[in-house]
Amino acid sequence: MLQSLAAFKENATSAIGNAGLQRALARAKPHFAKKRQAAIDLLPEFEALREAAKNIKDHTIAHLDFYLETYAAAVEASGGTVHWCSTAQDAREAVLKICRDAGVRTVTKGKSMVTEEIALNPYLEANGITPVETDLGEYILQLRGETPSHIIAPAFHLNREDWEESFRKSHTDLPADRIFRERRDLLTEARGKLREKFLTADAGITGANFLIAESGTSVIVTNEGNGDLTQTLPRVHIVVTSIEKVVPTIEDTLSFLRVLARSATGQEMSVYTTFSTGPRRAADTDGPQEYHVVLLDNGRSAMAGTEFQDMLRCIRCAACMNHCPVYGAIGGHAYGSIYPGPMGAVLTPMLSGIDAAGNLPNASTFCGKCESVCPVKIPLPNLMRHWREREFERHLSPPAQRYGLAIWAWFAKRPALYRAATRAAALGLGFMGRKQGRLAWLPFAGAWTKTRDFPAPEGATFFAQYAARQKARNQ
Amino acid sequence: MSRTAIITAIQRGLKRGPLPTDQQAMLTSRLKTHPRGPIPARGQLDLPGRIALFTKQAEREFATVAHLATLAEIPTAIAAYLARLNLPPTLTISPHPALRAIPFAATPALQIRSGTALPAESTCLTLAFAGIAETGTLLLPSGPQTPTTNNILPDNSLVLLPAARLTASYEDAFDLLRAEQALPRNVMLITGPSRSADIEQTLELGAHGPRRLHILILDGQG
Ligand code: SF4
Repeated sequence: MLQSLAAFKENATSAIGNAGLQRALARAKPHFAKKRQAAIDLLPEFEALREAAKNIKDHTIAHLDFYLETYAAAVEASGGTVHWCSTAQDAREAVLKICRDAGVRTVTKGKSMVTEEIALNPYLEANGITPVETDLGEYILQLRGETPSHIIAPAFHLNREDWEESFRKSHTDLPADRIFRERRDLLTEARGKLREKFLTADAGITGANFLIAESGTSVIVTNEGNGDLTQTLPRVHIVVTSIEKVVPTIEDTLSFLRVLARSATGQEMSVYTTFSTGPRRAADTDGPQEYHVVLLDNGRSAMAGTEFQDMLRCIRCAACMNHCPVYGAIGGHAYGSIYPGPMGAVLTPMLSGIDAAGNLPNASTFCGKCESVCPVKIPLPNLMRHWREREFERHLSPPAQRYGLAIWAWFAKRPALYRAATRAAALGLGFMGRKQGRLAWLPFAGAWTKTRDFPAPEGATFFAQYAARQKARNQ
Repeated sequence: MSRTAIITAIQRGLKRGPLPTDQQAMLTSRLKTHPRGPIPARGQLDLPGRIALFTKQAEREFATVAHLATLAEIPTAIAAYLARLNLPPTLTISPHPALRAIPFAATPALQIRSGTALPAESTCLTLAFAGIAETGTLLLPSGPQTPTTNNILPDNSLVLLPAARLTASYEDAFDLLRAEQALPRNVMLITGPSRSADIEQTLELGAHGPRRLHILILDGQG
């Protein structure tokens, strides 16, 4: 899943200089934050639901062995098969074996971050099976040979011209001189192209937002309807998912649904929330004949009982990256991980190892915004701090610390970006430091604050204060 | 074997062995009672209130809603809807007795077929098991008489929702389902027509599922 973790700094530099990306970022960031806030303002129970969602996940994780066994037994009872996979390689092989056994040549795919995590598509292609991404964002990325830059809006880094260019290049059977007047024309063309794929695929692969232990059910949440076409029309349905997705009951799932869409896209409810339980029943006239669950661990079980256990609560809503000043400045690709932003900074070292991903927790201003918007209250800044401590203990610190400082220096040398990042950070730091009035530790400057405390900002950054003072002087 | 490896790793992390049987019994009883989380107050209304809230919420999500008093009004209402949008007067209805009871013969302008949607299906009529006032959401379970394909394949989705099946919350709707049948293979919660914001974060309707969702609320007993 790693693209180029070691290249974070270079990636970030080129991201800042990429005009198209900056245009996309400027468009997307206020959009997500505003919509989320509007949805929450409409639901007085939101905070109570957040607390409930957090508690359900904590309860589930404390009994994860029990709930996974219960879930797997229920899947088997409904006629499905569970494939337990410790590693990404196990999961890839499991999917391939299911496909081979069922004579599958083409698969349609709903949006799934776990299949990105295990790099499933290139593996299937190398083994003679054609995967077709059907989520509109994932589809354009597949045409362009790119990876997602965001966990719920995978192609948000692209602008309309990019879509037009790729469609012209790929859909060569259509008239070359056709005109795309509106975004809708692009959507209609993709809809037509993918229809054929839905109808002819041998298998459909989806992810799962939740797995329900009481009934052995997988739940997907989409707006396009591609996930439903993917899991309903082909004769084989393969759910590729991971162990922390399990929740006890349908009612527990409903509590998550009330916070998920609101946190993610600012919708009250996504368009399609679908509960799938096993293959088609005896009298059914549609639905898959085979139902498989490829259940991935890939480092997650090792988080149980550690300081990183809280991360297992994550429901992949993307609110943390939508509100992150660093993500907002550089986008998702610069992180070099399939999981970007604050959640990625915590999760990626767990999946890829700290040697490979130890730098990501430094890619933060520790402003605290991510934690404050997380629907399951994951203490993301704290977890990033834990990673830094681990990194230090493991004697990876000299180059890594230098690297952390280098990122800080790199930000500091870019006034506009540094101002944006530190303005957000000042709010967080002021909050953290208020208790003692001193900060024992400063983001991006660990080596420096190790030996001396840094005074807590008193509400405004140096630049803001300086500008205000200049203004006062000129009046 | 991976299963054992994963389960043991979790238990090692949690610093315990398999759960003692009394604790397992407690968890099993939680599964059996499936307690509810906080339920939003907004849906807790009498039936007219739930009908009004459902309508408002469904329209907010770009569905359209018609209120009908009797089954006999449905064919003309559908014919008028299709004509207004310049859509072909063809309709595939899910093979459910409640839909078969609709007197379509009185409206010969409509070409009716009963069964599962075909690849180029223009319009399907399906039956909602319940509607949820909280967010204007429909609950549609799969079954031989209600194929899932009809919810997602056609360009235009018409859904019949008896007003008596309008619940306050998702939980109330699932209680109805649990009371009437074992969990079907597929249960869809549908809120509005298909859409995507993948192109420049701008909402466009009609991604892969139906471009239009038209809900016929049957207010009367008919
Ligand atoms: S960490 Fe929290 S905010 Fe971020 S994706 Fe996960 S659940 Fe959402």
